[in-house]
Amino acid sequence: MADILKVEGLETQFRTREGVVHAVNGVSFHLKEGETLGVVGESGCGKSVTMMSMLRLIPSPPGEVVAGKALYQGKDLLKMSDEEIRHIRGSQISVVFQDPMTSFNPVLTIGRQVAEPLETHMGMNRAQANERVVDLMNMVGIPNPKDRLNDYPHQYSGGMRQRMMIAMALTCSPQILIADEPTTALDVTIQAQIVELVKRLRDELGMAIIWITHDLGIIAGLADRVAVMYGGLIIEEAPVKELYTNPEHPYTIGLLGSLPRLDANQRQRLTSIEGLPPVLFEKPTSCPFAPRCKYRVEKSLCENPPLMQVGPEHRVACWVDTKTGRLRS
Amino acid sequence: MTENGALLRVENLVKYFPIMRGAIVRRQVGAVHAVDGVSFDIYPGETVGLVGESGCGKSTTGRTILQLYRATSGGVFFENKNLIEMKGEELRKMRRKMQMIFQDPYASLNPRMTVGDIISEPLLVHGLANRKQAEERVQELLRLVGLNPAYANRYPHEFSGGQRQRVGVARALSLQPSLIVCDEPISALDVSIQAQVVNLLEDLQKQFNLTYLFIAHDLSMVRHISTRVAVMYLGVIVEFANRDDLYENPLHPYTQALLSAVPIPDPLAEEKRQRRVLQGEIPSPVNPPSGCRFRTRCPLAAEICAQVRPDFRQVTPGHFVACHMVA
Repeated sequence: MADILKVEGLETQFRTREGVVHAVNGVSFHLKEGETLGVVGESGCGKSVTMMSMLRLIPSPPGEVVAGKALYQGKDLLKMSDEEIRHIRGSQISVVFQDPMTSFNPVLTIGRQVAEPLETHMGMNRAQANERVVDLMNMVGIPNPKDRLNDYPHQYSGGMRQRMMIAMALTCSPQILIADEPTTALDVTIQAQIVELVKRLRDELGMAIIWITHDLGIIAGLADRVAVMYGGLIIEEAPVKELYTNPEHPYTIGLLGSLPRLDANQRQRLTSIEGLPPVLFEKPTSCPFAPRCKYRVEKSLCENPPLMQVGPEHRVACWVDTKTGRLRS
Repeated sequence: MTENGALLRVENLVKYFPIMRGAIVRRQVGAVHAVDGVSFDIYPGETVGLVGESGCGKSTTGRTILQLYRATSGGVFFENKNLIEMKGEELRKMRRKMQMIFQDPYASLNPRMTVGDIISEPLLVHGLANRKQAEERVQELLRLVGLNPAYANRYPHEFSGGQRQRVGVARALSLQPSLIVCDEPISALDVSIQAQVVNLLEDLQKQFNLTYLFIAHDLSMVRHISTRVAVMYLGVIVEFANRDDLYENPLHPYTQALLSAVPIPDPLAEEKRQRRVLQGEIPSPVNPPSGCRFRTRCPLAAEICAQVRPDFRQVTPGHFVACHMVA
């Protein structure tokens, strides 16, 4: 299938009082039509900033996208006029944010907020828009949608609000849905409801999804392909089964080892990754994971490894072959 | 110890929070039924996991056990003494033996105190050490939780989340307690840091024969750390059993649904799984459903569930469940 999105060498910096933070340091990835890509990483690894940079949602100042391309259907999102990008955001590419409590405007009714993109992007009048909103509310499983149209966000529970966020993101039938930790603030049973909902909608509507998360559990049952981020870089990228059964990067191996398993009978000590994630006041010139890595070699400390092909669709940024302990050429 | 050898025995613990109305004449118009008849015991050296979704009353249970909230009714027996009847100096003395580790390492450390002062404060408050002894003890504790003893003069903002949680652990250990209530100690931390803190808690438990009440919503982590697990729903414990018994053979429909909702970090296992997605949401604890609390979302609910509150009974040795539908 054709690539619908292709990001190349994206770099984003933030100017802060303490200095320039290099949040994203040359991220490249692609997304195929109808594919679900999981982006995994811990807080501060640059996963959200990458997506926000691509959509030009980084507040500037302090943020600035300093390099890279983001080609959506062949056109560079980073070079478009404000008018063009506004047309794409919300109608072609939409976002569901993490916190359903704060991503709605508290003084407007839910109905108004969800109808707004329909009126702006699709030129509907209010009655048509409301009708479509009721359809969408049915689709995401809100009981009595007609009555709840005029409710305010505080009258919705967290799970219901997240359903409405998804409804709002789907109003204009987007090609790409970016879900930025959409279930992190929710309880497990509600999280399962939302994941099932997104899976169903994906199959019905055939959109591509980028699902950003720190939870390797969720991604396992949801994504086709996974990219692992660390220190503002993608350090490993593979189809989902390949990544979980055959992780190559020491960080991915460590991350999988530090998770306890619900289905584990034996009580094993968790393998923790010692040390802390880096604070990126400089653009990494060596492997950003090297200080915490037990496979570290001299080369890791002086040269940042590029993503290297190790299997079909499996790429990893590490100088060491973790299976054999030898250097990669 | 209580007569059956338990370190802590909780009996029919109830905690209601009143809802007040009226500006001049305050009157009670209702109550949040946060904890509504909870019973369990904890033996020395074990870890009891208390799991449930937000608002189910698991933190309130922990806090009521430590008498940070005074119970509405029921009993909390620690070393055979009922804490609920204690107050003042007597209770303060008991508190030395029971400490707490809080969820949010950013909010639970005073930003204006150095880490050394934070860790030594309990010692000085309880009059167990003079300044000099306290300083030595701080060094020892910092080393114990894996921090550099030279950090004693630093302030909390100079530390990362995981390091702060280590400070919280050191503070809890300073009085050499026998019971520590861990209230979601890792849920604010990153995945790779969570494992560090959990390993630390396990090491300390072995070293000092500590007893933990581990409150969490992460069922995988609870399986990892606990000896026995209690599942809470809307103020009541619905199931209580040995760890493997509970996870391999869950009897209560809520436990079954909860376990099936937890994602497993393995695509092959995920493919094979039969997921039972629970419909609806947790009802309000102000006006909880009659009879069985879970009946409004339960796939097995029958008429009796609305009328009679199910007993919390032993089904197989050590496996307790509160459900009419379990044979």
